Amino acid sequence: MSSTPPAHLHLAVALDGTGWHPASWREPAARPRDLFTAGYWADLVAEAERGLLDFVTLEDGLGPQSDQLLVPDERTDRVRGRLDAVLVASRIAPLTRHIGLVPTVVATHTEPFHISKAIATLDYVSTGRAGLRVQITARPDEAAHFGRRTVPRVTGFDSPGAQELVSVLFDEAADHVEVVRRLWDSWEDDAEIRDAATGRFIDRDKLHYIDFEGRFFHVKGPSITPRPPQGQPLVTALAHQTVPYRLVARQADVGYVTPHDTAQASAIVTEIRAEQEAAGRAEETLHVFGDLVVLLDDSQAEAEDRLGRLDALAGEPYTSDARVFAGTAAQLADLLEELAGGGLSGFRLRPAVAGHDLPRISRELVPELQRRHRFRDAYEAGTLRGHLGLARPANRYAAATA
Amino acid sequence: MSKPLKQIHLAAHFPGVNNTTVWSDPAAGSHIEFESFVHFAKTAERAKFDFLFLAEGLRLREQGGKIYDLDVVGRPDTFTVLAALAAVTDRLGLTGTINSTFNEPYEVARQFATLDHLSDGRSAWNVVTSWDAFTGENFRRGGFLPQEERYSRAEEFLTTTQELFDSWHGDEILADQATGTFLKDAAAGAFVHQGQHFDIHGRFNVPRSPQGRPVIFQAGDSDEGREFAASTADAIFSRYATLKEGQAFYTDVKSRLAAYGRRPDQLLILPAATFVLGDTDQEAAELAREVRRQQVSGATAIKHLEFVWNRDLSAYDPEGPLPDVDPVVDEEHISRGRAQVRMYRDPIAIAREWRRLAEANKWSIRDLVINTGNRQTFVGAPATVARTINDFVQADASDGFILVPHITPGGLDPFADRVVPLLQERGVFRSEYEGTTLRDHLGLAHPDAAAGAPAERAAS
Repeated sequence: MSSTPPAHLHLAVALDGTGWHPASWREPAARPRDLFTAGYWADLVAEAERGLLDFVTLEDGLGPQSDQLLVPDERTDRVRGRLDAVLVASRIAPLTRHIGLVPTVVATHTEPFHISKAIATLDYVSTGRAGLRVQITARPDEAAHFGRRTVPRVTGFDSPGAQELVSVLFDEAADHVEVVRRLWDSWEDDAEIRDAATGRFIDRDKLHYIDFEGRFFHVKGPSITPRPPQGQPLVTALAHQTVPYRLVARQADVGYVTPHDTAQASAIVTEIRAEQEAAGRAEETLHVFGDLVVLLDDSQAEAEDRLGRLDALAGEPYTSDARVFAGTAAQLADLLEELAGGGLSGFRLRPAVAGHDLPRISRELVPELQRRHRFRDAYEAGTLRGHLGLARPANRYAAATA
Repeated sequence: MSKPLKQIHLAAHFPGVNNTTVWSDPAAGSHIEFESFVHFAKTAERAKFDFLFLAEGLRLREQGGKIYDLDVVGRPDTFTVLAALAAVTDRLGLTGTINSTFNEPYEVARQFATLDHLSDGRSAWNVVTSWDAFTGENFRRGGFLPQEERYSRAEEFLTTTQELFDSWHGDEILADQATGTFLKDAAAGAFVHQGQHFDIHGRFNVPRSPQGRPVIFQAGDSDEGREFAASTADAIFSRYATLKEGQAFYTDVKSRLAAYGRRPDQLLILPAATFVLGDTDQEAAELAREVRRQQVSGATAIKHLEFVWNRDLSAYDPEGPLPDVDPVVDEEHISRGRAQVRMYRDPIAIAREWRRLAEANKWSIRDLVINTGNRQTFVGAPATVARTINDFVQADASDGFILVPHITPGGLDPFADRVVPLLQERGVFRSEYEGTTLRDHLGLAHPDAAAGAPAERAAS
């Protein structure tokens, strides 16, 4: 190891309804009646920006939330219903200046042409702060909302049939992202020339048909939206096993993973780096962030009591794919530093109660990390890629013709 | 007693990808940067307009197998821009064209319901259709739809989205923290739709929005298009901005409403209109001529003729006479992705008429294009334009106008500053918004979700 001081950590926060705990909406700070207003989301994102966070992600889905993995439920004691995440991000963009906005996009039932121009436009309205979190859905009920295909019903992700299904859906998602990325590059940056002498508004030699031909769809291009300010907005994905790790390694700028300790973090990062090298991207910066559910209070006992109270309201102990942390901001800072030792360059924190735990992140965790010289003291870049130390990429088509 | 004065409805179409936008003017700004949209929207809201309108494109136009490069090319995503504009405006309606062919009802309904929530009830949808394989090449479905099915799919698409909007009645969310009941009804959002084009069922996941449903706009001039609008739309965009044609269209469309149990005031007729203002009528007329010359360069004139001739005319001099060769008929058209392709159904007759006009007036190719296409609708001093607009509306040639300035994004400012105050003085245009939703501005009732029990309607 070199003797250079440890690098700054990157921090994102994942916003989902009133928070990640299913009883979060019953907390005094939760504002459940405001969930479908712009003001609610504007306030949360402003709080995250106050903490100088790199970005927020916004959860989404093409069906009602469910406590079951792959089927809808009939519960009336949980938050149900949500707004389209891309539009929420866009609604917030003019009200913020620095923070990145990363809505969830479900690749399984959407058109990459629409997604590409929507995220490019989010990049325009936010002047370079857009990204997306690509997600698949294996829920048959969501497929029935579209009626174009049926998804076989599987009960978990362990059977061979389920693995086959997931593998196909991730292959499709990889193609989806590939099309989205090609469309972002389908205009060279200087394609608009406004040349009065020849009467030409654009130099059409700088616009490119992407001619994508894949197993799942064909897309001609070019985009109708010019190349966005970041060139390539941020592509991110959550991954729990080899198939999705491969999507992260091939297509993402940031992957979210869910290690429960440093050894696991290290093993996951090693696997993703190997896939990254196999995909020919060894030279590119690919961030691997650890996801954690967090409950932050003045003492560990208070945080654990609060978790217990929430669990009692929910009627069962809360479990998550990610590690659930209940403690103080200083304890969380310790844990983040320890997990970072496994090769993670940042974290995406999931506040258990958005109205309570998000302010604790921005007003307690962030200052604690700053004291330790593990977090920035101010926004230093003008774009989301800039926050993450990612260069503005060259245009693949410009490079091909240069 | 004379009848009471009608109130005029005014809207503004963001000038971008169309053949009237003058990008070469020094005042022309970006058609992509968000600041342009903010400027335009704030001007429209300052002038108390009913709404801002954004068009949509899903494939770049081509001519002669190449991307068309003479007009403004490229635009941002409609939904995304409208959502962002909701943050910088308070009252202005936000209307977007969204294609019903290359989208799915569940997704479009989610997006419009979301936009309506995020704008506190200001969203509107201009429903358009497409069938062409050219656009379809950008989408999973491809160019799958026979032309004769376009309205049947559009109608069923719209019906399906309305079933989704109505699947929430508006009183389901209790969010009672004390008792722990979030939803009153576990079946909130349940829907079943079985039809020719869509066979879908499940649960819609966006609660009922402030307007219940977005306002529905429709464009389309065919008999089918007029029927579609009469049966389901809240407003129709028309092409008729002359008095006689406007009155004929107005009478025809309004008379179709009774068959659907609707009153004439439940469908507004709003033609697109352009304008050029001057200090005097004469100065405006001179300016209008200059604008037309900016809109139609020599190269543009040749390209315009190619729509009709359906062949490469690049060897012709735009300042010279019309081609003496005849148009090519019945082959794949030279121009793709443009409305004009469908407008010139009998190119031989059009070419003959254009030659006659050019010879009679001693017009060059460019003169012909300047004089036959896209004249400015309103040209004059502000008082003249205000009077003309009011006369038009009071004579039942329309219920108002959708103004399309030729400069991005500042082209609306002179109208807002100089014409709107005169309309307000006449008492025919609002000085303040009276309501908060777009339905309020347009005088449309809020739909009653309970009246259309969605499950029953879907099953019938």
